[in-house]
Amino acid sequence: MTGHEYAFILLALIGTVAALRVVTARNVVHAALYLVVTLASVGGAYLLLAAEFVAWVQILIYVGAIVILFLFGLMLTKAPIGREALDNQRRGAAIVVALAILAGLIFLIQDAFSWDGSKIEPRTGGAAAVGESIFSRYVLPFEAVSFLLLGALIGAIVLSRRDDLT
Amino acid sequence: MIRLPIVLFFSAALFSIGVYGVLARRNGVLVLMSIELMLNAVNINLVAFSQALGSLAGQVFALFVIAVAAAEVGIGLAIVILIYRNRETINIDEVNLLKW
Repeated sequence: MTGHEYAFILLALIGTVAALRVVTARNVVHAALYLVVTLASVGGAYLLLAAEFVAWVQILIYVGAIVILFLFGLMLTKAPIGREALDNQRRGAAIVVALAILAGLIFLIQDAFSWDGSKIEPRTGGAAAVGESIFSRYVLPFEAVSFLLLGALIGAIVLSRRDDLT
Repeated sequence: MIRLPIVLFFSAALFSIGVYGVLARRNGVLVLMSIELMLNAVNINLVAFSQALGSLAGQVFALFVIAVAAAEVGIGLAIVILIYRNRETINIDEVNLLKW
């Protein structure tokens, strides 16, 4: 166990507990704020994995933009408080399905990767290397994502426009 | 140095928590938040394998997944707000017009 690993396990625990609070919180705004904790700890995990650029993009876009969008969404809709208002009746079945998926994934991971065989060496993940990779090998997917964002922008405007204002 | 299975276990935990949230929540915005948890789990896997295999492709595609997630949240929240405007509720189990 190295210091890196302890730091990662700590971040992972914080992120997992906050994620559990996201799906169990009784107040929607608290759920959004716990989501911030989860996303930030995932960003910290990226930093520990030496993926610097992805980490800052995670902080900028997820914590900075997406959570703000969620908070606006909560503000514009009625936000009831309480477990009955936020959860449906199938909570037991949902727990069973989630635990089954978790058990299956853990079994597969333990089966596929030996505990000491595969280690993550800190490699380059800075903006220069990632940018060069995007604009040399992955130009076409990059353009596709640009068009997707444009389409999403236009779609969101069309969907949320009131018809009587045309 | 971080052992790869630790990272993958974190990702698996986040993914199953997201699955639970999608199945158990009835508020539309909270369902979208749970979907974000699952997308984050996928991104952790992409970055971890990218660093373990020494290829930048995983990180590039993690960035693409983040962009797609942003687009998805934008459209999803627009739809949720539209449903709220029409039906005065965003409980997704009451939106069953197409069900029967």
